[in-house]
Amino acid sequence: MSETLLSVRDLRTQFFTREGVVHAVDGVSFDVHKGRTLGIVGESGCGKTVTALSIIRLLPTPPARIVGGQVLFQGRDLTTLPERELEDIRGSEIAMIFQDPMTSLNPTLTIGMQITETIRRHSKLSKRAARVRAIELLEEVGLPRAASRLDDYPHRLSGGMRQRVMIAIAISCDPALLIADEPTTALDVTVQAQVLDLLAEMRDAHDMAMIVITHDMGVVADIADEVIVMYAGQVVEQAPVLELFDRPEHPYTEALLGALPQIEDPGVRHRRLTAIPGRPPDLLDPPETCRFAARCKYAGGDACTQHMPELRELRPGHLVRSEHPASERAGTREKVAT
Amino acid sequence: MTEPLVQVRNLHKSFPIKKGIFVERTVDQVDAVIDVSFDIGKGETLGLVGESGSGKSTTGYCILQILRPTSGSVVFDGHELTELKGEDLRRLRRRMQLVFQDPFASLDPRMTVGDIVGEPLVVHKVGSRQERRARVRELLDVVGFDPGYTNRYPHEFSGGQRQRIGIARALALSPDFIVCDEPVSALDVSIQAQILNLLKDLQQEFGLTYLFIAHDLAVVRAMSDRIAVMNAGRIVELGEAEEVYASPREEYTQALLQAVPIPDPRKMRERKRERRRLRSALAEQ
Repeated sequence: MSETLLSVRDLRTQFFTREGVVHAVDGVSFDVHKGRTLGIVGESGCGKTVTALSIIRLLPTPPARIVGGQVLFQGRDLTTLPERELEDIRGSEIAMIFQDPMTSLNPTLTIGMQITETIRRHSKLSKRAARVRAIELLEEVGLPRAASRLDDYPHRLSGGMRQRVMIAIAISCDPALLIADEPTTALDVTVQAQVLDLLAEMRDAHDMAMIVITHDMGVVADIADEVIVMYAGQVVEQAPVLELFDRPEHPYTEALLGALPQIEDPGVRHRRLTAIPGRPPDLLDPPETCRFAARCKYAGGDACTQHMPELRELRPGHLVRSEHPASERAGTREKVAT
Repeated sequence: MTEPLVQVRNLHKSFPIKKGIFVERTVDQVDAVIDVSFDIGKGETLGLVGESGSGKSTTGYCILQILRPTSGSVVFDGHELTELKGEDLRRLRRRMQLVFQDPFASLDPRMTVGDIVGEPLVVHKVGSRQERRARVRELLDVVGFDPGYTNRYPHEFSGGQRQRIGIARALALSPDFIVCDEPVSALDVSIQAQILNLLKDLQQEFGLTYLFIAHDLAVVRAMSDRIAVMNAGRIVELGEAEEVYASPREEYTQALLQAVPIPDPRKMRERKRERRRLRSALAEQ
């Protein structure tokens, strides 16, 4: 395994609202290695975006507050770094791209201005040199007729092209880590494949590490080396990508894969899909037992409804937070589906 | 296919592009739907897939006459809808309903769940107040929504629950035909399967006919007997679902199917290599 670039340790982020304290991220730990891609997958509200925003402290405070844990990036703890020093890291050493490139690009500034702004904030290049660099970057991300695009406004570009511009801005300062939050969710499938390929290319060309946040198991399968599955603010499973899809252990991961309609599945028209009953718990007052227990078909009357299962290593590199992982279930009976 | 309930012939819809602030003049037009024809059989689901801007939702709206087609014909159970107006159209509209994509935007936030579901009954003057109330509870029960919550407001519920409210409303007048416009694309995977199963169950129970519009090819496969693939306003391929997925004839359909990410890292790597090979071959030309 290559060198560790980012190490998140027991991260806890909470939102202090009128209704109470929302435990959005509740004790999340993981490592990101140089040149590798970590996929964070989970459904809306599981804490995957809050985890990413906590890393670079982009959450509005209040209501959000990092109440515990460490984010170690190249030896420095980002949770305690002064804001001034963090500003130097954001955009130059850690870059981020978001789901909707229309809202993350400024509609009143030309594309050229938005790229050169970032370049000049983090380097000593002159205006002219920054412009030349901007054209190089746009060519690198595959924007056709890059030089003539520089003076265009974002609305003149399609969704896929805008996301290419965002990627150009993100890589402009050669970051060591790129965080991509649902980078292809707003795009059509044919464009999605191109953007995912581009991200992988950029990672290899610039020797970056990436964190890709997504709700889509297909996207994870496409781009990740290592995967963590989040549920209700916690990591419930972590494994290398092939291992996760070959031998999913957590009942939630299994159910999620089972609930996904498959494109290569003859006869699915005349079958019901395997749904997961119920919905995730309220994070205002999360249960102190296994958070998936209420929806889990293996839970009931045993340890997992008494206390919170630990995240434990079943096989080298494969961690799971469940009393009923697949490989230990042989022989145990399924609870009758509700 | 069974006997057709809906027959669409040479449907065309264009939108004018206007310029000018005080005096608007039409400078050009966009052809959103071009020469679209298909039948939907009684009790059948026709899946309509395509990328954004392909004209699939516009086609759905033109069938329901929410948008009036520029030309072409839409026949519903023997009635030519494009020529109908006023009360005649209203009478037939009871039998055709729409389920929307976004359960957050499509429900009036100031109406209670009971009022939302019961509104079509009021508009079409069905039953007494008492009967309507009973019908609303029955409908909510059918879609798996606790009828005890009729006095609550939509914001109190999750996306999946809201979509159930939208479906209950669509069922209120016992329609024969429902256009489902991206009914699950705003929902999480675990909830999505619940709603797809509900739509399947309702179809069985009430013999409903669906036009199922979606961009997600896996979701469309799970729901449809036949599939129509749209691109740039036209239907490029139409056939039995199993056939279209197993052996797509059109290049566009093949490209679309190839691009769908599937939860299988080995297959994805294979595809990635294939795409890279194609790109470098193109670059060398």
